[in-house]
Amino acid sequence: MSDPGRRAFLGTAAAALAGAAIAPGIRLVELAAARSPEEAASAKVRWGLLVDANRCASGCTACVTACRTENGLADTGRPRTDAQWIRIVDLRDPRTGREARAPVMCQHCAHPPCVDVCPTGASFKRADGIVLVDRHTCIGCRYCMMACPYKARSFVHENLADQKPDVPRGKGCVESCTLCVHRVDRGGTPACVEACAAAGHGAMLFGDLNDPESAIAKRLRELPARALRADLALDPGVRYAGV
Amino acid sequence: MPRPLAAFAVLAVLAASVAWAAGASRVAKPVVAVERPGSCVEATDVMRRDHMRFLTHQRDRTVHEGIRTKRHSLAGCVECHAAAKTGSVLGPEGFCQSCHAYAGVRLDCFECHAARPGGASAGSAR
Ligand code: SF4
Ligand code: SF4
Repeated sequence: MSDPGRRAFLGTAAAALAGAAIAPGIRLVELAAARSPEEAASAKVRWGLLVDANRCASGCTACVTACRTENGLADTGRPRTDAQWIRIVDLRDPRTGREARAPVMCQHCAHPPCVDVCPTGASFKRADGIVLVDRHTCIGCRYCMMACPYKARSFVHENLADQKPDVPRGKGCVESCTLCVHRVDRGGTPACVEACAAAGHGAMLFGDLNDPESAIAKRLRELPARALRADLALDPGVRYAGV
Repeated sequence: MPRPLAAFAVLAVLAASVAWAAGASRVAKPVVAVERPGSCVEATDVMRRDHMRFLTHQRDRTVHEGIRTKRHSLAGCVECHAAAKTGSVLGPEGFCQSCHAYAGVRLDCFECHAARPGGASAGSAR
């Protein structure tokens, strides 16, 4: 399968079949989901994640490590100020003693308070639901950090060097999980999701919430899942089962 | 312009070019070495004047709309113009930095952006 010609052919074939049902319940649309580079992100798509806490293995930090590697978040030895785009949160029900753990990152809210409060328009929601900071316009006021109920955002306190070409970032700006937008735009999946699958847990699922045939939409139909702090009605793109 | 003044202006220009020829310029000339010659995305004179406009336009389209065409992307500039020796567009002889130093224009792209080429991370297909 490493033959580029063959891969290109399969890509074209899949694109040609995009959206066509080849048999009831089986479609090739997922294969053809990658946009071409000149095509803008579309509101027809709403990217989301489903985290199944029942599968999140105790002691595992594969998603956190993968995020740091992918986005070039170095460990400065000063954890109080180091950027955290994703963290494992341990939960315990004091009444029953039931424990659970799950990764929490930017929840890519449909009604993001971080966007509401931003005085410059730097914090914004892309057409496909991914919430980002445009660092060219961010003035580092950190209003968004105060507004985010999930503590998803970090401020970059120090000069950085050797950033990843795909992930520009620097001192004086606020940042958070981008849902690996650079990978998503190329038709890939976020690094955390891939790492979780590679570690054999499969506790994270990425996909288009708007497409009823997508794996994530199907799973959400089967599994009782909810939004964290659903009472805030922010309609996050990240959903949790088993918490 | 009255005659004597015009004559004076011509003299001044002449004097300046003599000083230039004698290498009396206090500012080091930029190092414009293109190690991967080929055709740039626009004509040289257009790039000299307008590269910042192309970059600003592209940056907004990429960040806000997710349009990732290569033609006017900063990563594309770095890809071709990084020096073979240092692997970077920065440094005293770096393509970007040497010219910006000469022009006296602060170059802050690379406080956030990578100044060296690097392959895109793969990200397996969905
Ligand atoms: S989780 Fe926080 S940073 Fe992310 S969209 Fe919601 S409010 Fe904004
Ligand atoms: S820190 Fe930046 S993104 Fe956050 S509210 Fe201020 S300007 Fe907006």
